[in-house]
Amino acid sequence: MTAMPTLRRRLLTAAALAALTPLALSACGGGDSDSSGSETTETVDSLTVLDYYTEDPGHTQTGDQLTKCGTTIGVAKIDHQSVPGPTLIQNVLQQASSQTLPDVLMLDNPDIQQIAETGALAPLEDYDLNAEGFAEGPVAAATYDGKLYGLQPGANTLAIFYNKDVLEKAGVEPPKTWDELKATAKKLTTDKQYGFAFNATADYEGAWQFLPPMWTNGGDETNLKSPEVAGALQLWKDLVDEGSVSKSAINWKQSDVNDQFIAGKAAMMLNGPWQIPSLDKAKINYGVATFPINTAGQTSVAPLGGEAWTVPVTGNEAKMAKAAELVACMNTDENQMLRAKQGGLVPTKLALADQYKAEVPEMAGFVDAVATARARTGKLGAKWPETAKTIYTGMQLVLTGQAAPADAMAKAGAS
Amino acid sequence: MSDTPVLAAASTTAATAPSPPRRRGGRRREQIAKVLFVVPAGLTIVALFGYPVIKNLTMSFQEYTLRTFFTGKAPFVGLANYAEVVSDDVFSKALANTALFTIGSIIGQFVLGMLLALFFHKNFPLNGVLRALFLLPWLIPIIAGTAAWRALLEQDSGIVNLALERVGILDSPVPWLTSPDVALVSVILVNIWLGIPFNLTLLYSGLQDIPEELYEAGELDGATGWKAFWHITWPNLRAVVSVVLMLGVIYTLKVLDIILGLTQGGPANATQTIATQSYQRSFVEFKFGEGAALSNILILISLVFAIVYLRATRRQVDE
Repeated sequence: MTAMPTLRRRLLTAAALAALTPLALSACGGGDSDSSGSETTETVDSLTVLDYYTEDPGHTQTGDQLTKCGTTIGVAKIDHQSVPGPTLIQNVLQQASSQTLPDVLMLDNPDIQQIAETGALAPLEDYDLNAEGFAEGPVAAATYDGKLYGLQPGANTLAIFYNKDVLEKAGVEPPKTWDELKATAKKLTTDKQYGFAFNATADYEGAWQFLPPMWTNGGDETNLKSPEVAGALQLWKDLVDEGSVSKSAINWKQSDVNDQFIAGKAAMMLNGPWQIPSLDKAKINYGVATFPINTAGQTSVAPLGGEAWTVPVTGNEAKMAKAAELVACMNTDENQMLRAKQGGLVPTKLALADQYKAEVPEMAGFVDAVATARARTGKLGAKWPETAKTIYTGMQLVLTGQAAPADAMAKAGAS
Repeated sequence: MSDTPVLAAASTTAATAPSPPRRRGGRRREQIAKVLFVVPAGLTIVALFGYPVIKNLTMSFQEYTLRTFFTGKAPFVGLANYAEVVSDDVFSKALANTALFTIGSIIGQFVLGMLLALFFHKNFPLNGVLRALFLLPWLIPIIAGTAAWRALLEQDSGIVNLALERVGILDSPVPWLTSPDVALVSVILVNIWLGIPFNLTLLYSGLQDIPEELYEAGELDGATGWKAFWHITWPNLRAVVSVVLMLGVIYTLKVLDIILGLTQGGPANATQTIATQSYQRSFVEFKFGEGAALSNILILISLVFAIVYLRATRRQVDE
């Protein structure tokens, strides 16, 4: 090593330079994506669409529908991309900071206002779109500061699924009141089977599952320390304390709840229509009932679920206009019906309700529920996530016996 | 807990690498060549380590939210993020849980790893096969591992409770993941299971480096069994032990996936740690400034252990 020949030294220098080249190249590569936005070509030949329908058949069905709509509005190519649900927002954030937002973006309805607040979405009124004839929930979820930012073709919600065979054998009817729910659940509970199952995890899913009792009882997210909310907490607590619901509910996601129901370990469950394909596949003889009411005069209120199509502000006016057309096309009567049938959803246009009930009778239990379903962000808008955290924390404090229903929400941070 | 041996190896080679001999003629060219060789590594470190750390530090002093990604604006808020996260009710619990989780995991992993290493150090049939089996937790993706544990620890139908009841150890099922009093213990147990391969592998290789003659000489002086362990094995293993413990602490402090997979920080915040809180604030609530503040607190704690570790290894090199 002491007498290094010149040639070898040169080679070394060259090797070191070669090692640097990829760095320099990649540095150049990052720069040229910005230029496309400024062009204002009138003809739009492609649109990018981002959603979280990663799984088939949903991915292919949505893709086909998008392509068809593309043909209708004269856009040759629809570039349909899907990322997993939990990473969608993170993906959108990255795209926002690198100015590569898609032309059409699907958002889960409680996320719309949070994203609209940042200024990333275009008001649909700018493109002469409105939500006339839509159910109230989806419109409330997609409206921020008085402007409409998304159109939601199909909605889902929560209801009670019950195993018809088990209830028949026990000689009980699906519960219509909370007392009946407690009594029925208790009666259906055996060594090998719980009467009822719900999800009470420490996340937004757990909060969403608590909304049917909370809202039905007249509780409100703007006043979590009310006796009505405490009453709903008491119901959840009673069901668990009486042994009618497994203590494991605080660690069960909705898919776990569904697994328990299919396995015959729960006679009833709180769940949504997206579970129907798996229930049918398992040949479960189930019925669907709206969530029971506590006292006479109340109406059953369930939370609104489902996704809306939005138009991000990409800066390319021509493309944004076409994107709005695409959103409109995905929401025609025909496409709402198709999407609803394929995705286990209910069309959000109220005029389609009767036709849908007739064509898809097994969804009838959900059609009425969606008409009155309440949007999580309807009152609190972008502040909803914080409240949801308080709700699930309070719920877990009660179910683990660390707080009484009356002061759990205060202990969880409710003001 | 996957790539620690590489780190350990890198630090020892860096410390012991001989300085290359120099020659007067063409010294400048040689210097340029040297610099050019260092530049890629330097740039990589700056890009992959320097930038994120600095960015995380500045982020923790900014109101960095969803809006920032669209507007590019992140107003400076001083120490407000730190004040917010520290005054949160969950913070002290998360801090205590982080300590308990780390200490519990490290003690469990180390003791079991050490016992297994001593066990496998003896020659017996199927030694290699069994040792390979013990590496399995390391090879399973963590998310898959925690999903399996979640099913095993299920209160009513989980196989752990069924087995314990069948054998007669338990009268009533243990609410492994659903009781605030037990959940942290369960999470620690799963983390111990996951950490055993790391401890076993490093300690086992450490044991193999101890010359057999020492034991032979010790035996002549009457040092066998426990005595041999205390006077021969332990002192000779000290370097490895300090590496295992320090890296173990640093890697355990930041464990996130196991807790998210098993309990998501529940029930009722019973398994929240600084790491899960940081994740929650950054990627669930999208308050990136507050998330960054929490992770900086965690980095600071890790740094203390890192310094202890570096000092310990430097002393060994000096010796």
